[in-house]
Amino acid sequence: MIFVTTGTQEPFDRLIETIDDIAGQYPGLTFVVQAFSSLYKAKNFDVLEFISAADFSSYMDKADLIISHAGMGTIISALVENKPIIVMPRLLRYNEHRNEHQLATARKFDALGYLHVAYDEHELMAKFITMWPDQLKPLHKIGNSASDTLLDSLRTFIE
Amino acid sequence: MRILAIASIGGHWIQLLRLMPLFKDHEVTFISTKPNLKDMVKGHRFITIPDANRGKKINLCKCILSVTWHIVAVKPRVIISTGAAPGLIGILIGKLTGAKTIWIDSIANAEKLSMSGNIAVKIADRVYTQWEHLANSKVIFSGNIL
Repeated sequence: MIFVTTGTQEPFDRLIETIDDIAGQYPGLTFVVQAFSSLYKAKNFDVLEFISAADFSSYMDKADLIISHAGMGTIISALVENKPIIVMPRLLRYNEHRNEHQLATARKFDALGYLHVAYDEHELMAKFITMWPDQLKPLHKIGNSASDTLLDSLRTFIE
Repeated sequence: MRILAIASIGGHWIQLLRLMPLFKDHEVTFISTKPNLKDMVKGHRFITIPDANRGKKINLCKCILSVTWHIVAVKPRVIISTGAAPGLIGILIGKLTGAKTIWIDSIANAEKLSMSGNIAVKIADRVYTQWEHLANSKVIFSGNIL
């Protein structure tokens, strides 16, 4: 199963439309897709507008691959669960976000080698077709909490 | 120590939860913007507030009133936020009530501090960035939430 998630704040039709194209080419694959209500109507799956934290964890757990916007909630969850993830950043020029921070996030995490990045819909399609399933592996795993240096600094300041 | 930990739903909230080892020996109240997040902080007090969507002044007013009300009621000694707007409001009200205030700018702000973070620099007792190249005399880098 491929879990596609795009946050609860704004639509991300450019991603959903590309996933719909991919789903059309891979009829044997199951897609669970969460997106804020959008103008684009997908042909190959139902879109869930909002999912509970429990359902989110359950889909994350069952998924063979996560495809998402470059939102930190999803990125952190995927790294904790050691799941392969491709992120496609929301871009300001399409009004997909208020600023360009998702592109910055994607670039930094790409440079760290922590996740797969598709900078636009064409790259997403190309990466999926050439890499699925064998080359789409988790690239990095993180633990359950913040770095000790951050926690120690905060602890010292609080007490 | 009575701590108030505040963040909006999504990445901000997930980042706040990664500070859990810090919270375990304290009396912590969590504040966020969706009621179903309560399940993620079992054993702690949880309060839902209205989100302050930019552009809608009425929501901002509701959020400010709600945050103020809860800070007055909880009387925290420390207020910590990972963003976004409701957290900044918490820092501001917290400062006025004499609490120690800590802003941790989201790891998503990798090329510059967020708009809220830049305001927090002027108000909060401590501001952290999660990227070393963004640290300066007023903004601390000491690791990140990864």
